[in-house]
Amino acid sequence: MNAIFKRPDNLTDAATHFCPGCTHGIAHRLIAEAMDELGIADRTIGIPGVGCCVFLYRYFPIDALEAPHGRAPACATGMKRAQPDKIIFAYQGDGDMAAIGTSEIIHAANRGENITVFFVNNSVYGMTGGQMAPTTLLGQQTTTSPFGRDFKSEGYPIKMAEMLATLEGVAYSTRVSLHSPKHVNQAKKAIRKAFEMQINEMGFSVVEMLSTCNTNWRVSPLEALTMIEREMIPYFPLGVFKERTGKDFL
Amino acid sequence: MTEKKLTKGNIALAEGAIQAGCRFYFGYPITPQNDIPEYLARNLPKNGGTFIPAESEIASINMVMGASASGKRAMTSSSGPGISLMQEGISYLAGSEIPAVIVNIMRCGPGLGGIAPTQGDYNQAVHGGGHGDYRNIVLAPGSVQEMFDLTIKAFELADKYRNPTMIIADAMIGQFQEPCRLTPEKPVEFPEKPWALTGRKGRSPRLLKSLYLGDYEQEEHNLFLKKKYDEIQENEVMVEMQSLDDAELIIVAFGTPARVAKTAISLARAEGLKVGLIRPITLFPFPVKQVFDHSARVKNILVIEMNTGQMVRDVRIAAHKDAAIHFYGRPGGGFPFPDDVLGEIKKALAGGAR
Repeated sequence: MNAIFKRPDNLTDAATHFCPGCTHGIAHRLIAEAMDELGIADRTIGIPGVGCCVFLYRYFPIDALEAPHGRAPACATGMKRAQPDKIIFAYQGDGDMAAIGTSEIIHAANRGENITVFFVNNSVYGMTGGQMAPTTLLGQQTTTSPFGRDFKSEGYPIKMAEMLATLEGVAYSTRVSLHSPKHVNQAKKAIRKAFEMQINEMGFSVVEMLSTCNTNWRVSPLEALTMIEREMIPYFPLGVFKERTGKDFL
Repeated sequence: MTEKKLTKGNIALAEGAIQAGCRFYFGYPITPQNDIPEYLARNLPKNGGTFIPAESEIASINMVMGASASGKRAMTSSSGPGISLMQEGISYLAGSEIPAVIVNIMRCGPGLGGIAPTQGDYNQAVHGGGHGDYRNIVLAPGSVQEMFDLTIKAFELADKYRNPTMIIADAMIGQFQEPCRLTPEKPVEFPEKPWALTGRKGRSPRLLKSLYLGDYEQEEHNLFLKKKYDEIQENEVMVEMQSLDDAELIIVAFGTPARVAKTAISLARAEGLKVGLIRPITLFPFPVKQVFDHSARVKNILVIEMNTGQMVRDVRIAAHKDAAIHFYGRPGGGFPFPDDVLGEIKKALAGGAR
């Protein structure tokens, strides 16, 4: 009998700590599939930020360094410079990258560090119980924006993929979503492309993934998926914002 | 005889780092330590190394973490406010057992502070600074030669114990020039690093982390670290002791005040006053035994610091219960001149407030 579907080689069989319905697990699976297909896991080192992403070393059977909150791009910088032949990726949530770690992400991107950053945007701080993040949508209620996010007080949701695309050092910046099979397939291609950018020494690559947090959004998993389509994508449009096709920066 | 060259303290330190095999430097400018990054920006690439002018001290220490986690020797340097920004990363380094060398050429504080020579960061370096139950190994050079030699030692200790090692020096030690031998005294040690993250090829995956959520896992980790710190205390104390045999008063001082103390001690001895010196070279591990043993006999201690009294607490803890502890401190760039110290010696010998 031929197996037509199986767990990727580079995803462990550990039960995840993610809430039922969370799309983090899909992001993990896609990264594992990409590592399988590109044959890079033996030389890949993962650097999780702090938050729901912190336990990636339970799920990827690869070397890993647990970075301080927001600092994964700086850790990845040091590691890639020390081992240019290795594939280094950081994995950050929206609090990690878009709030406390803005300085580290912007400068790693601007230096054109040849690293890959996976960015899970679920519009809240998930691990700590659903507080308002820089990516929280206007009007969205969280435990620290109980009356809905108001731009007059909390400003606007920050668009990381677009912002990073403005920097010369960036080779690839895209936003994908994890809410439907079609979008999952697109996300997979983006993740693969981001790794390929690094393999081909093109510079900094980042994949922003719109992801659900049904627990903290206080909706069913299914409703959370439709909320990505209905509420997140209109504000956080999907697409490729920067894609370098040659080493034109040299 | 090995040739000596007139060298500035900060340059001796930077050259020491290169000769220690450090090939990665990440840092952000701040006075009075800028000679270090400037020297390394020029000389690391010549030696196959990497220099990154980082966007902040927070980024610097985390770049160090990434390079060190790769098994390479990496360092950063800064001064007061920059070292404060690094404390988060230093705590993670200690918790994850990643070696690193961090240099603090101290400036005054609190806040932005002045740039005159001072020792206000003793507590920050020796007693924490970052969060959690950890220790830094802390070295305190007292000459340009020691800026070179102790930098090599710092990399060796950091690797040996997989622990952040700080070098703290006042700006006098960093900025003045002395003849210095710019070659290692003995071959540099490079321990194996079977923990380094180099990709799992041919082995099982490795992990460097500081998060422990399971029942008692964190306690177990903290007790493991404590055992390591005890081992460091047992094995790595470095201390200079001078003229203690007949001493009736012992000065305890590190860095520049220890140099001034030596001058003051010769002035005192010329007047028949029997004064000796204990100069801690390692601040952690502190020379607890040496201070205890000698204070049990001499019972009269004068601590001199360029701050309002930080190391003096460690001396009090270490000293014999019957010893009288005197303190003379010049904070915020004030300087303890030899005549001032001589005056304090006389006061202390005449008896006075503890």
